[in-house]
Amino acid sequence: MTNTTIIPAVERKLKNRIGVGTTIRNTCTLTYRALLKMSKNPEIFVDFVVLPVMFTLLFTFLFGGAISGNIPNYLPVVIPGVLLMSSFTNCTTAGSKLREDVDKGTTSRFKSMPIARIAPLAGSLIADLVRYVMGGTTVFVTGYILGYRPEAGIPAVIFSILFMMFVAWCLSWVFAFISLCTKTISTASAIGVVVMFPLVFLSNAFVPAETMPSWLQYFVLQINPLSRVVIAVRHLLTYGTIGADFWFALFGTLAILVVFIPLTVNAYNHKA
Amino acid sequence: MMKNNAILAVEAHGLVKTFGDNRAVDGVSLSIPTGSICAVLGPNGAGKTTTINMLATLSKPDAGNVKIFGYDVVRETQIVRQLIGLTGQFASIDEDLTALENLMIFGRLYGYSRKDSKRKANELLEEFGLSDVASRALSKFSGGMRRRLDLAVSLISQPPLIFLDEPTTGLDPRTRMQMWQSIRNLVKGGSTVLLTTQYLDEADQLADNIVVIDKGRVVANDTPDGLKRSVGSSSLHLTIKDVDNAANAAQIIERILDARVHLAEASELIAPIDNTDKLTDVLTTLKDAGIALSGVNILQPTLYEVFFALTGEGSKDQKEEN
Ligand SMILES: Nc1ncnc2c1ncn2[C@@H]1O[C@H](COP(=O)(O)OP(=O)(O)OP(=O)(O)O)[C@@H](O)[C@H]1O
Ligand SMILES: [Mg+2]
Repeated sequence: MTNTTIIPAVERKLKNRIGVGTTIRNTCTLTYRALLKMSKNPEIFVDFVVLPVMFTLLFTFLFGGAISGNIPNYLPVVIPGVLLMSSFTNCTTAGSKLREDVDKGTTSRFKSMPIARIAPLAGSLIADLVRYVMGGTTVFVTGYILGYRPEAGIPAVIFSILFMMFVAWCLSWVFAFISLCTKTISTASAIGVVVMFPLVFLSNAFVPAETMPSWLQYFVLQINPLSRVVIAVRHLLTYGTIGADFWFALFGTLAILVVFIPLTVNAYNHKA
Repeated sequence: MMKNNAILAVEAHGLVKTFGDNRAVDGVSLSIPTGSICAVLGPNGAGKTTTINMLATLSKPDAGNVKIFGYDVVRETQIVRQLIGLTGQFASIDEDLTALENLMIFGRLYGYSRKDSKRKANELLEEFGLSDVASRALSKFSGGMRRRLDLAVSLISQPPLIFLDEPTTGLDPRTRMQMWQSIRNLVKGGSTVLLTTQYLDEADQLADNIVVIDKGRVVANDTPDGLKRSVGSSSLHLTIKDVDNAANAAQIIERILDARVHLAEASELIAPIDNTDKLTDVLTTLKDAGIALSGVNILQPTLYEVFFALTGEGSKDQKEEN
């Protein structure tokens, strides 16, 4: 700074609002930051890759015979289930990086800067898309190796991964909100687990609902929204078309997104 | 240029911030002329960070108002944010990234192109002596390097007003001097600086004006010289052998120095002394009165004494912190 002089405040052209262009640019920069941080900690990729492989193998060999008679018959049931589980597990931890920024004071610095309020949040959550795609791809590759050949072919597989990614991304705002509201990050991850287990296991993700007692069937099919997602994905992979469940899941998660974006942004701004 | 100096960089009136029923900041007013350094001096929990947070648009004051270069922090928040740089009390740079990456990301956020961000980042790394470690992961940085990088980050947009919250806490003396030099250079370039500190000597070295706060209130607002005059430029510390003589000794000292004596421990008397010639008088009179001493010391004023002089109170634990 020895040879640069500061432009005095009165000689500057200043605007009291952040435009859409700036918002998008800030979000891109902060997405890049989050991705860069991910790439420096490659061990976190183990989570997105090893867990789905493990779950696919575990469920297939453990339950395959019992539930569907044999493994090839069980694969079309279990693959969409594991896809759901891995995406959902990933999205319950969505807030942890944000929380780290808040706790370390990086958020305060962002807040003192002329950048869009939503950018740090959106950047972090958008970077997470990588995790869903990696997790989803891993599930299908593992399935392929075990002999899974979805009837609707590759386009349906890609579409399923993207659909699941979208659903998980919308839900990740809810978990980001939770992790910003709790006292410590470990409370948030505990809540994540407590929410995830009943929703994933009391659904038709791994076990067909027909075998359950009728009261449980009611919960699984009528109340638990995740069952709809699983049905939509199975339908897509088998017939290559989208049904009512697909739209239900899509609009349901969109509604959640619309509600939680302002809530999460608000929580983020108050936390710093 | 004329117009420039007429506008105050910071003008705050009656700032209040409460957390529950704790009035962390309780009616703080400040004004900082453009191009000067203002030091906010206070012990732990005085409300320094809370004040900076309100000035730097991080939190809304519960009462009072702040203008930064004439712009209101609440109504013209985005304008104010384009004029300030903030280096918080705790380093807020990314451990996972390198120094260059950190700087470049902030450059991009301030709207510079990739090329400009890189150029500015490299200039700053050079300036702060971090060029050699530009591409090293921050987790390998020392505390001083982190602090300097943290300062560099807030300079990337060349803001005319810079807030530094305890910029030298935890630095060794040499790094501290380097930080002081960087701060002086900023002001030479035309910036205005508001820094907080717990050390009187730091405020004394750097600031044009010192604002002393305690329990959320401004207890003094003066130039370093003015402040020291009110404390006595140095202080006399006497340890007496026989505790029973304390009251007697205190009386004698008060009479000769014409100042209040403070009892730090049962046997240690502290009094401001601006003319060291009077020390001889004190010592001879005490000797004549038959009061034996086990220690004599003249010390530069510490924050503790400033507080004692300004508020007439102070406790041992405050002293221990210095
Ligand atoms: N977010 C908060 N919630 C509740 N109380 C707070 C909060 N931030 C600060 N305080 C309280 O406000 C008072 C002033 O705190 P502040 O951090 O401003 O002090 P400080 O002068 O910066 O101290 P230090 O030298 O330790 O940094 C303290 O009593 C602190 O406990
Ligand atoms: Mg502080």
